[in-house]
Amino acid sequence: MVTPLKDLGKDAIAVKGWFGAHKWLLLRRATQVGILVLFLIGPWAGLWLLKGNLAASTVLDTVPLTDPLLVLQMLAAGFVGLASTALLGAAIVAVFYVLVGGRAYCSWVCPVNIVTDGAHWLRRRLDIRQSARLKPSARWWMLGLTLVVSAATGTLAFELVNPVSMLHRGLIFGIGIGWAVIAAIFLFDLFVARHGWCGHLCPMGAFYGLLGSASLVRVRADGRDNCDDCMECYEVCPEPQVIPPAVKSAAAGGSPVILSGACTNCGRCIDICPNDVYAFGLRGRALVTPRPLPADHPRNSAPGFASNVQDDRKIA
Amino acid sequence: MSTDKETSGTSANWLKSRRKFLADMARTACGVGLFGLAVGLYAEKSRALPPTALRPPGALPENDFLAACVRCGICVRDCPYDILKLATLGEEVATGTPYFTARTGPCEMCEDIPCIVNCPTGALDTGLKDIAKARMGLAVVVDHESCIAFQGLRCEICFNTCPVRGKAIKLEYRANKRSGKHALFVPVVYSGDCTGCGLCEKACILEAAAIKVLPIALARGALGHHYRLGWEQQGEAGRPLVTPDQEHRYNLPDGVHYEHSGRGLVVDEPAAPAPGAGDTPFSSNPLDTLNRGIGGAK
Amino acid sequence: MSLSRRDFIKANAVAAAAATAGVAVPAAPVLAAEDDTGIRWDKTACRFCGTGCSVLVGVKDGRVVATQGDPDAPVNRGLNCIKGYFLTKIMYGQDRLTKPLLRKKNGAFAKDGDFEEVSWDEAFTVMADKWKAALKAKGPTSVGMFGSGQWTLWEGYAASKLIKGGFRSNNLDPNARHCMASAVGAFMRAFGIDEPMGCYDDLEHADAFVLWGANMAEMHPILWSRLTNTRLTKPGCEVHVLSTFENRCFELADNGIVFVPQTDLAITNYIANYIIQNEAYNKDFVENHVNFNKTATDIGYGLRPEHPLEQKAANPGKGKFEKVGFEEFARLVEPYTLDYTAELSGVPKDQLEKLARAYADPKKKVSSYWTMGFNQHSRGVWVNGNVYNIHLLMGKISEPGNGPFSLTGQPSACGTAREVGTFAHRLPADLVVGKDAHRAFAEKTWKLPEGTINPEVGFHAVLMHRKMKDGELNCYWQQCNNNMQAAANMNDESYPGWRNPDNFVTVSDPYPTVSAMAADLILPTAMWAEKEGAYGNAERRTQFWRQQVKAPGESRSDAWQTMEFAKYFTVEEVWPEELIAKMPEYRGKTLYDVLFANGQVDKFPYEGKIVDDRGNEYANDESEYFGYYVQKGLFEEYRLFNSAADIPKKGHEMAEFDAYHKNRGLRWPVINGKETLWRFRGGYDPHVEGDETVVRFYGNADGRANVIFAPYEPPAESPDDEFDLWLCTGRVLEHWHSGSMTRRVPELYRAVPDAVVYMNPKDARKRRLRDGSKVTVSTRRGELVTRVETRGRNRPPEGLVFVPWFDASRLVNKLTLDATDPLSKETDYKKCACKVEKA
Repeated sequence: MVTPLKDLGKDAIAVKGWFGAHKWLLLRRATQVGILVLFLIGPWAGLWLLKGNLAASTVLDTVPLTDPLLVLQMLAAGFVGLASTALLGAAIVAVFYVLVGGRAYCSWVCPVNIVTDGAHWLRRRLDIRQSARLKPSARWWMLGLTLVVSAATGTLAFELVNPVSMLHRGLIFGIGIGWAVIAAIFLFDLFVARHGWCGHLCPMGAFYGLLGSASLVRVRADGRDNCDDCMECYEVCPEPQVIPPAVKSAAAGGSPVILSGACTNCGRCIDICPNDVYAFGLRGRALVTPRPLPADHPRNSAPGFASNVQDDRKIA
Repeated sequence: MSTDKETSGTSANWLKSRRKFLADMARTACGVGLFGLAVGLYAEKSRALPPTALRPPGALPENDFLAACVRCGICVRDCPYDILKLATLGEEVATGTPYFTARTGPCEMCEDIPCIVNCPTGALDTGLKDIAKARMGLAVVVDHESCIAFQGLRCEICFNTCPVRGKAIKLEYRANKRSGKHALFVPVVYSGDCTGCGLCEKACILEAAAIKVLPIALARGALGHHYRLGWEQQGEAGRPLVTPDQEHRYNLPDGVHYEHSGRGLVVDEPAAPAPGAGDTPFSSNPLDTLNRGIGGAK
Repeated sequence: MSLSRRDFIKANAVAAAAATAGVAVPAAPVLAAEDDTGIRWDKTACRFCGTGCSVLVGVKDGRVVATQGDPDAPVNRGLNCIKGYFLTKIMYGQDRLTKPLLRKKNGAFAKDGDFEEVSWDEAFTVMADKWKAALKAKGPTSVGMFGSGQWTLWEGYAASKLIKGGFRSNNLDPNARHCMASAVGAFMRAFGIDEPMGCYDDLEHADAFVLWGANMAEMHPILWSRLTNTRLTKPGCEVHVLSTFENRCFELADNGIVFVPQTDLAITNYIANYIIQNEAYNKDFVENHVNFNKTATDIGYGLRPEHPLEQKAANPGKGKFEKVGFEEFARLVEPYTLDYTAELSGVPKDQLEKLARAYADPKKKVSSYWTMGFNQHSRGVWVNGNVYNIHLLMGKISEPGNGPFSLTGQPSACGTAREVGTFAHRLPADLVVGKDAHRAFAEKTWKLPEGTINPEVGFHAVLMHRKMKDGELNCYWQQCNNNMQAAANMNDESYPGWRNPDNFVTVSDPYPTVSAMAADLILPTAMWAEKEGAYGNAERRTQFWRQQVKAPGESRSDAWQTMEFAKYFTVEEVWPEELIAKMPEYRGKTLYDVLFANGQVDKFPYEGKIVDDRGNEYANDESEYFGYYVQKGLFEEYRLFNSAADIPKKGHEMAEFDAYHKNRGLRWPVINGKETLWRFRGGYDPHVEGDETVVRFYGNADGRANVIFAPYEPPAESPDDEFDLWLCTGRVLEHWHSGSMTRRVPELYRAVPDAVVYMNPKDARKRRLRDGSKVTVSTRRGELVTRVETRGRNRPPEGLVFVPWFDASRLVNKLTLDATDPLSKETDYKKCACKVEKA
């Protein structure tokens, strides 16, 4: 039974309560804001827990962190005299995201996520259906492009316009008219293309997706038998194409693990699902045992998923 | 958006979707390509650092710097005087890169150069240990008409402020021909020692500074590759490059002599009268008296 | 120098390059954009140092809109230093005081109240009540005034007359006490008459210059450019610079000497010894023009009498000297050998000898210059005298290029503080209160009853603060300076004295200074071109200017304040009956009537405006208010002291008032309209008959100058294990004194915002300090926090630090010791012991 848009999340709230149905969202927001605060507490209070920004930083003035994609761009730009600090920092970051899920960067750290999530939320509220046809593969082109322009110009050219670093840096150091770029992304996502930036264009998302394709921490659909095809998870998922291979492959003997690197580990599917289909787990092992559906659950008498699979919302 | 899985059983459909796939592909490539072109052009434009923006000490040459700086702002945080700023979009400086403006906030030239210590990438060369060796730019006295030192006023604030004291800015004494009895104290910048910190430009008391720190490439000239300054080469070598002449001898009347590499023709002074010949007990050359030392004991 | 064509092209080429590169280079100089039409130009003297540069002031719409160096002035020929460049801006700080401010609580004066605006009448009424109460309870010594070498001539004269002739107190001292009292003392001891015999033209005529503790490069910038020009253009010219740290003069020095503080006493004696041992002295001159003397020694340090150092001293404060003859003098300086002096002073022998040779060479004309290094010295009078000794031994004096020359720090230290007699012991024109004949002459000239003037010397500057703390001086009026930022040992002496509940302190100032903050009553004051004024510079040049603009709000000049305040006292309130009985016609009159409306001061009518020779009109607020030409009246009465036929001391003659408005200054003595360039020599000095071979030091009755032997004696406080550094204080080029004017000029503030501690890099390293490190500088008396400067213009040797005193937020006078020269009572700001620690 497909849940009407206006009722999105109501079932989950009914079953788990409001906080239960927004647990991961709240945690994510807290993390995103918390990381900003960690960067700002230095200039505000002189407490230098984190110094720098997402491009590169130091933890307690000792442990270096560097964006590995920037290191790749530097190398592409022909800067080979790179300090070992940057390499070490990049390695630390890469290993971390390989462990927790590459695009966890997008949903748990990146400040643009808040902007694009906002656009998406408003898009739903305003019931904006139309969306430009962008291919998710465009992000790979963009990723290639960042390296190509670096090589072509010998500079970190993409950093001149990169909205992700611009917003994060801007929030910490001052942004100038960089707000215009952020506003443009918001409007683009709102009026032009659904999940336009994060889901289709962002080369950083693409890069962290690559890291994430090998990551350890995963969203698992171990409770996929409970799925009642309400489609709410598709509605909230920023990369809904990652869902069916896990949820709908039981018959074909497929893994219940969401294996696509595109998955951002945002946990919205876990929150929104009233039937506990999803849970965080490891690639090879579930950490939570799914709760079976109560006997009176409508799922037990509802039509099958197949009849709904073509629902246009899924691909809208 | 269309999914890649949209394939059909019929060949017509297959052809149609294949054509659509290729078209999509081309469209994406073109879009991304155009975007890339725009970014590339913008990057080329951003490469030209405006002359008022100075990089922190130890910054690599601008081209390398733009490849190496990840815009993390750690240098900004580590500057104890808060003079560094990360460029924001729309400024002439490449977005996100650190710079300072001499007139409003010059580099205070900390001895321990804290701004470069934690640079993660080496965009600021951590090998720079002596701040006096930093080359952030080059001070140039750009306007000799408004600089009041050139008019003989006693200002010299640039000289007084210069932290590479007496080396980067020297005062050149000149006679003030207009007043006839005052000296001019003209500030002259020496590129060999100027760090480009900008303290002089900030301190300049004119409404628009007459001394400005410019990027080195803009501020400096270059001698032709085909020419050497003879006296400098000789000084470096510590000896003449070509064997000096034998002693010169000249046909001269009495009472004059000729210095080959000195003053040229010299008229000798008449011999001094013998000590005691005058009306005082002293030789006319006071040094005769003075060099005896006190009481002859020393 | 005019810009050569090549320079011009070069300059423009760079400008063009800069422009294409995006540097903002204004097409036309910004200042020239100002519309110059309708500006009225008139001459004034610069407000700052003792050099006395002439400045043209441009006024438009009642405001000074521009200045320029006066191209026709012989001193500066159109030039200025950086302070002079900003004269336009000193009057227009945002926080000018415009109304009298009195500490009040519940509508009445309260020592612990907050400042509230009051009328002039209320201000003077409250103040006069306090003064009357003090006079009644404790007599004339309970009131006093602290003035300035930045007062105009007539402001100082009016104050001298009110305090000494009106209140019968000699508690009048100028800040010149902190500045050149030692020079005065030594001039009087050696020559019997004050002020240098030479003039600035010595700068072009000397073959060798010796700077003894004078950082001329920064403190007398325009004179330094003249000295530099001579050094550059005259073959064989040499410059010797002596200081306790390397300052900017060392850049030009042929012989830059850094000596251990206080050992200048030994170095001067070494030179005298060298001259005698080498028989280089001028026998003829010595025989005919010099008396040899020795001074009393072990004279203490001018501290409070109970201080252990004073208890220990054999002859505290004793200035007596006795005749000894040449042989005895030679014997006295004999111990100052090269070895001994080099050892004591830390100066390499070859440098000492080079210096001595310059003096001893009969063919070299030597000019010696000094300022605060010699004057702010616990043996200031001695060390001043020691240089006279050298010049007198060689006969190198009173002729072009040869002479000892004490430079004054302030624009009118000579003109006002010294000449019009604002010191606690002096009356106008070198007269002193201690001499019956001098007092009688002053009383006669001032038309006062015989016995009006107190024969006891008043409290000098440092003593005033001590007496205020002790509750003996209860009413104190400070005009035209900032003693709370200047006087040494502020924590222990000045501040407790000012805030002593028994005392009432009035401060007249244009700005809210540190002094104003510590006062009970603040009077807003007209400054510089807001009044008609006159300054006397270091070369005896008296310069006048007209009032150019109106002072803001209710600001009034110091002269107006002094004269108006006199109206609040009747003679009965301040004089005893027996004095009034001598001149009963004064009964019932106010001090103003007696002192200023006396038929002399009010003699010259005022026609509602002052008109110059070009027909320009000027206001004169004092004359407008009092109804007669106040400045002319005061000056002409002052002239009765220096130019009347029956004056007790000749040699200070001045021209008539109007002559000075027609000239860029005249150097006194001015007789028959002729200036005097070199004194004491025939042909040059009208008081010496004969040609230029005739020398007569007519200040002394026998016409001879005194060579006075004074030995080396250690300073009051030297570094020890705890306070291990010498602390020296002083000025910087960019700021004037306590910075109350120059720190209100944004450009100067930006250029030199804060006082730093100049330190040797090795001393810094020893204390784990770096350039820019925040440190606490402390002495036994106080501390301040500042930053270390190891690369600055001043390069101290190891063991010495220098802190300038312009910075009101870093009061270095909390640190300095109030030890003074026991003879001149001038504080030694150049040496005490301090320590520097990381803050």
